[in-house]
Amino acid sequence: MIFLKRLAAAVPLLAGILFMSFAVIRLAPGTAVDTQGAMNPRMTAQAREKLAELYGLDKPLLAQFAAWGSRAVRLDFGRSFVDGEEVTKKIGEAIPVTLLINGLSLLLILLFGIPLGVWSAVREGSAAEKAATFCVFLGFSVPTFWLSLLLMSWFGVTLRILPVAGLHALDHETMSAAGRLWDTARHLALPVAVSALTGLAGISRLMHGSLVETLRQNYIRTARAKGLSERSVLYGHALRNALLPVATVVGLSIPGLLGGSVIFESIFSIPGMGRLFFSSVFARDYPVIMGVLVLGAALTLLGNLLADLSYAAIDPRIRAR
Amino acid sequence: MKALFASLCLGLFIFADAPAFASDAFVTASIAEPSNLIPFFATDTASSEISRLVFNGLVKYDKDLKLVGDLASDWRVSPDGLEIVFRLRAGVLWQDGVPFTAEDVVFTFQKLTDPAVPTPYGGDFEKVLSVTAPDPLTVKVVYKEPFSPGLASWGMGIVPRHLLEKENLLKTPFSRRPVGTGPYMLKSWKTGERIDLVANPRYFEGAPDIGRYVFRVIPDQATSFLELETENLDSTALSPLQFAKQTDSGFFREKYAKYRYPSFGYVYIGYNLKNPLFSDVRVRRAIGLAIDKEEIIRVTLMGLGRVSTGPFLPGTWAYNDSVRPAPHDPAAARRLLAEAGWTDTDGDGIVDKDGRRFSFTILTNQGNDQRRMACEIIQKRLAEVGVEMKIQVVEWGTFLKEFIDKQRFEAVLLAWQLSRDPDIFDIFHSSKANPGEFNFISYKNEEVDRLLEEGRRLFPENERAAVYRRLHEILASEEPYTFLYVPDALPVVHRRFRGVEVGAAGIGHNFIRWTVPEDEARYDFS
Repeated sequence: MIFLKRLAAAVPLLAGILFMSFAVIRLAPGTAVDTQGAMNPRMTAQAREKLAELYGLDKPLLAQFAAWGSRAVRLDFGRSFVDGEEVTKKIGEAIPVTLLINGLSLLLILLFGIPLGVWSAVREGSAAEKAATFCVFLGFSVPTFWLSLLLMSWFGVTLRILPVAGLHALDHETMSAAGRLWDTARHLALPVAVSALTGLAGISRLMHGSLVETLRQNYIRTARAKGLSERSVLYGHALRNALLPVATVVGLSIPGLLGGSVIFESIFSIPGMGRLFFSSVFARDYPVIMGVLVLGAALTLLGNLLADLSYAAIDPRIRAR
Repeated sequence: MKALFASLCLGLFIFADAPAFASDAFVTASIAEPSNLIPFFATDTASSEISRLVFNGLVKYDKDLKLVGDLASDWRVSPDGLEIVFRLRAGVLWQDGVPFTAEDVVFTFQKLTDPAVPTPYGGDFEKVLSVTAPDPLTVKVVYKEPFSPGLASWGMGIVPRHLLEKENLLKTPFSRRPVGTGPYMLKSWKTGERIDLVANPRYFEGAPDIGRYVFRVIPDQATSFLELETENLDSTALSPLQFAKQTDSGFFREKYAKYRYPSFGYVYIGYNLKNPLFSDVRVRRAIGLAIDKEEIIRVTLMGLGRVSTGPFLPGTWAYNDSVRPAPHDPAAARRLLAEAGWTDTDGDGIVDKDGRRFSFTILTNQGNDQRRMACEIIQKRLAEVGVEMKIQVVEWGTFLKEFIDKQRFEAVLLAWQLSRDPDIFDIFHSSKANPGEFNFISYKNEEVDRLLEEGRRLFPENERAAVYRRLHEILASEEPYTFLYVPDALPVVHRRFRGVEVGAAGIGHNFIRWTVPEDEARYDFS
């Protein structure tokens, strides 16, 4: 019931966000027509007018938004101005690979970040802890493109053990099922590794901070005082509580799984969401831009809603009054 | 089928003594994904590269940039220049096996001029009165007025009527699954990744020797360079830095052949001639003299380019060799400025006139480091003759819409791509100076107008050549643009490909005759 009420409240919010986005995109000078006929002396002024009319760009902004909105509620996001493909199809093609890479890298981050955080929290202040902190921050601050190129050059060109870029080998189609899986895994190794390396700092430091904080609590002192082993104090009492903020952050990053990074996807030649959005912005491909924004806005709202509801479920004090 | 069988037998026959060739694959890459393969929507480089392999026009340019027949075996222009009759090749088949006829040409023309089809190429066909097919192998084109660039416009890819007649061209899946008459057929398209083409066994000039053409999308130039180093790419265009420095290794010399020839384009400074600052030709010439063009080429292109003197491709018939590049002569520049009334009266290092300092802003587009660097070099050189130039770098869409279309700029540094036909009516004719048109510098010269009109009316190449050479002369001396340089095209091709030939049109014009010796093949898709 509460869920439905909250969901209903999110609808006008979503509409508001989309209208703002629509207006902001249109404030950027130039339209799809200008970029398509860009400096092509053969593109006459009439041809440009024809195009503008076809795309409905000659109508007032509000009318355009109304037309777009009335189709969008029926989940018809139109076709790309650039290649005439359906927007839903274009997004549908870009999502799986972005989701796969982000998902795998999140998995790796959790797998390594949480133990690393725990390990360093226990050794708070030691030289080893400082060295580890230095390393994760190094990973966090190193420019993605630089690290990517370095790894590509090292593993791909010098050692020749991994492919440089792309998702599939040229003869992927002719491989056996196991061969294809292996081929894809080899192609994903570098992108996932880079993405995980640069993201490790966030989770491991959060885990670290949260655990250090928890270990200072009175109930930990109590637990130690009643003679529990350090192991049982750490894993039985402290860690479970310290994991809560980490779980929240992971939950909030779920919508982010669908967002790609342009630089990263360009360097590895991966046809994901980041590149789709980036290129459509530069081509002023409004239907695609709006399609991606709808997805992003809806997922963010949904994520927030779910986070709120789950708090309520976990903590009775927040339960809706 | 019979023909296929026959050629197979023939192949076996030759096998015995001639060197054997492999089918192999040619792997190339582009920064951007092609958007639409229908020839008259294929405006971006990537789309037109693929589209040209799938479709044929009636005519094409050969390696020396002469117009020759493609789907047309020959043509005749009536003495008054109003009528072109194309005779078509017999026995040409669409890739689905349906015969190609003159009706397909008529259909293509109808679509090109259909108000509901927003093609940027429509302008080429505006002067056509009618296109008819008196018989299946003859196309008769009647023009409203003689229009010689029109002949080359029939290089536009012809599309199949039987497949598109009932389609909405804007929504048809044909744009991603095209069927043409060309040497390659589309096999698969993985969005954002690659497009595979296979050789058309029934191609009218004979099936290409390379069995497969793979077009990869690699948005980052550094990545495509790494892919070259692992031999995962057979060909790509190098940047000047890569050409001059990074490909100087033993590995590269052994595996790849580098080519270098002038590209079809030039970089220039365009002056807004409505601005009183630039209305005096002496001022424009002074700026041209103050700039060291060789220096720009040396620094931004590692010397891989040549000084441009006019809007035509060096070495073609329209290009006037007697136009010499203006030297770098700061003293002469200062003299010319003084003649025009610009001297440094207040001693601040900047020339002035009637209390106004000579200061202007040059605009160029974002994302092109060579142009930004060129601006900085020019800035330094102009400061030496007392002219202050500010640089503003603007995002492309904004640049076109807000500055070029509205003619709100003082000077721009930009480049034009050159088409094979020298007609530059749209760029320099005074009737094309309205907002949104391409004479955005508002150049107006009666003789130029007259020559541009005449160049379009004449057909014989020698008569047109005289016109365009004179135009070249005028534009060089009037300097509405300061022509800077023609960058070189710098492709590399893997050495296992034999038969690569450099012509005025570059490499690739004889791609369907490239071969790979059997023992050097890298791919086997058969």
